[in-house]
Amino acid sequence: MANVQENIARLFPEATFEEGEWLLVNIPDAKWHSLAKTLKEDPELGFDYLVAVVGMDWTDTLGCMYYLTSTKHNTHVSVKVTTSDREHPMLHSISDLWAVANLYEREVYDYYGIIFINHPDMRRLFLRNDWVGYPLRKDYNDDANVNPVRLDHEAVDDVTVSYVEGADGKIEKKEITIFAPEDFVVNIGPQHPATHGVLRFRTAVDGETIKKIDLYLGYIHRGIEKLCEGLGYPQTLHFTDRLDYLSAQQNRHCLCMCIEKALGIEVPRRAQVIRVMMDELMRISSHLLFMGTFCMDLGATTMLFYTLRERETILNIFEKTCGARMTFNYNCIGGVMDDLDADFVKDVKHLIEIMPKALKEYDTVFTGNVIAHNRMVGVGHLSKEDAISYGATGPVGRASGWACDVRKTNPYSIYSELDFDEVVLKEGDCMARFVERIEEIKQSIRILEQLVDNIPDGEICAKVPKVIKLPEGHWFQQVEASRGAFGVYIESHGANTPWRVKFNSPCMNLAGVVDHLTRGSKIADLITIGGTLDYVVPDIDR
Amino acid sequence: MYDLSKGADWLNQWLNGFCPAWLTVTIECVLIGVVLLLAYALLALFYIYFERKVCAAFQCRLGPNRVGPAGIFQSVADMFKILIKELISLKHTDKFLFALAPYLVIIASMLCFAVLPWGNGLQVIDFNIGIFFLVAVSSIGVLGILLAGWSSNNKFTLIGALRSGAQMISYELSIGLSVITMVALAGSMSITDICMAQKDLWFIVSGHIPAIIAFIIYIIAGTAETNRGPFDLPEAESELTAGYHTEYSGIHFGFFYLAEYLNLFIVAGVATLLFFGGWMPLHIPGWDAFNHVMDFIPSIVWFIGKAVVLSFVIIWFKWTFPRLRIDQLLHLEWKYLLPINLANLVLMVIVICYGLHF
Repeated sequence: MANVQENIARLFPEATFEEGEWLLVNIPDAKWHSLAKTLKEDPELGFDYLVAVVGMDWTDTLGCMYYLTSTKHNTHVSVKVTTSDREHPMLHSISDLWAVANLYEREVYDYYGIIFINHPDMRRLFLRNDWVGYPLRKDYNDDANVNPVRLDHEAVDDVTVSYVEGADGKIEKKEITIFAPEDFVVNIGPQHPATHGVLRFRTAVDGETIKKIDLYLGYIHRGIEKLCEGLGYPQTLHFTDRLDYLSAQQNRHCLCMCIEKALGIEVPRRAQVIRVMMDELMRISSHLLFMGTFCMDLGATTMLFYTLRERETILNIFEKTCGARMTFNYNCIGGVMDDLDADFVKDVKHLIEIMPKALKEYDTVFTGNVIAHNRMVGVGHLSKEDAISYGATGPVGRASGWACDVRKTNPYSIYSELDFDEVVLKEGDCMARFVERIEEIKQSIRILEQLVDNIPDGEICAKVPKVIKLPEGHWFQQVEASRGAFGVYIESHGANTPWRVKFNSPCMNLAGVVDHLTRGSKIADLITIGGTLDYVVPDIDR
Repeated sequence: MYDLSKGADWLNQWLNGFCPAWLTVTIECVLIGVVLLLAYALLALFYIYFERKVCAAFQCRLGPNRVGPAGIFQSVADMFKILIKELISLKHTDKFLFALAPYLVIIASMLCFAVLPWGNGLQVIDFNIGIFFLVAVSSIGVLGILLAGWSSNNKFTLIGALRSGAQMISYELSIGLSVITMVALAGSMSITDICMAQKDLWFIVSGHIPAIIAFIIYIIAGTAETNRGPFDLPEAESELTAGYHTEYSGIHFGFFYLAEYLNLFIVAGVATLLFFGGWMPLHIPGWDAFNHVMDFIPSIVWFIGKAVVLSFVIIWFKWTFPRLRIDQLLHLEWKYLLPINLANLVLMVIVICYGLHF
């Protein structure tokens, strides 16, 4: 950590530092781009993975928190860049360095109105083009008459703007065409069976070949981050189940851990074990659903029913303990809500027993099929460098050879004591992503096997004050959700409601990589690639 | 074998007894038309039920089981629902072509249906070019699909229609060539002659290797012709919502739907005719008693039974395999099936010339 600080201080004397869980660097905007370039390209620093960009409104200033990780040295750094201009806030874009910054910065623009200089596509990301104001600013006018429920069709234009800085430092507004008039643009979505939710790809095709995809988000945007700012900490928990509903347990685990970290609460051992077991059950059920729906997308409908059959046993386990099959509301600050059901151990043992047989059956039905091979092998190849640049974590990143499992890189809860392998494949195509998930199911089964007989007795929840107030400060916590690294950022100013909550979802990065992967492939490949990326739309549209 | 044409002859004579010739022909045509339409609709109902039950069995489900005992009236209820549904008229479509397309598809399917050898003597017209006629009229269907996709003025339907055009025209080659292979063995294009030529042994046995190759190619190409999985690209629901018939509603959609199921029967029926003896009962040379018993089963039962078994195989494909991609689909046809088929035709000719068949 000190080494990183020395390196930066040597090159950028104007930078100031704050110690914390992640080293925080304060840098003026004028130097930000060159610092970012150094952070990324300097071999000693090598911060090649942009974890999160958190837009912030500190009332006197607007700005961003950047979270960076080096995949080589496994070191972390965060950078704070601010501007005091509230009328026309501008920061320099880093979308030329990290591909994932493209979507992140558009999100910040959408919420805070911060314009990113040299960003190629400054459109709103989630809200309508005719939205008035920037909703996450503290002075936002939330009068219903300003932004009524609009029933008219949202005009979509084929032109976007970019603010380009010239050699003399003058900023010019430039118009950029997304689709040429002669392009044959097909709307895949928002209502389309293969998008697994309300997501829209504006796809320019030449016959069957895809030329370009423009991602259109926000159809089920609920403003969860805004809602959190008005609620007490225990009240914010239930939103996490409604982000990626197939990683509900992990997401909630993450938010709980972040709050517990801020409060300094020690979670009892029994609760830790229960949480980890629930996380792994969730992962298996999510991957099973992936296999079923993915095969259905490829036209093999029968497979869906086979995987749902096994997933049903997991949902029954959840139902017995949590009382729900989808939005569990199980983790709470300090532990878990309720004790395990009496049948839990028996049911999990049954699951461990049937899964190997079931996986073998899936193999026979689908993976060994020659048509399935032709559809998947070599399709949608994602290189390791691109995976890091696009922030494509989780099974997608690992299928491309990037060892990005948070359970291994930054072990949380009791993962450091468990014996399991991080499955890393090299191919990076659709087949690798499919196989990756099958292998991860096997590893999750291994974790369950180790824990099922070793659930310690004791408390299920630590003593937590009735009214939860976080001390002043900011915290960032990541977990490995079913689809990749899920992060939570909380900033507190000492009140019983958070100043800012940011959910850093893996699925937005995955949706952002679609255009890159599908260029020049067939329409049918878009379905295969989208299926193996396995994004869940509520996780993108928070 | 009971020759069903005797009944038809009797009816013809009886009508001629008191009617002028033109009236007889008119009455007979109307009668045949009504019977065919009824058979068409009934078979469609049966097939919808059959497919749903078969696919349910593959997928660990029960399938329809609420309407009537074991759900047998489910497809009747579905048909009734489709009949009373509104035909939604769309703006910016080519109204005439849009309305014409489903009729083209269903007429092509009905014309094929008419020339199938239903039983001994039970046939509408016995052409000397029967099988040729069948291949010819079946290709009208693709015209209907192309028109449907184009006139809907929708990008998904257009892509679906283009896929369908590429697919059906390509696979028609394979169907045509495997039919020619079998015609060479039969020595005739007349459907009755082809059936009679299999009196002692079905072609799949007597033609041995080339016939089996031709059968495999035919069943692949036939599945592609009917736009069924794994070749259901024109209506790949995960890619193109519903492909060329996305914009159709009510009975217009019903026509596409019916035609798809009946095409399944027709493809299976033609396979029955070419490889499994048509309506001819199972005869094994030398086993006279067995052959005699087999003759007691009516020929129409033989034909429909064999066709249903073959369509079960095609349904099995659909619920097992994932879908191909358009370029893989065309590669399969032009790089594999077509050359194999041409070589197979030569092989068949050699087999016939040297009398190597049974």
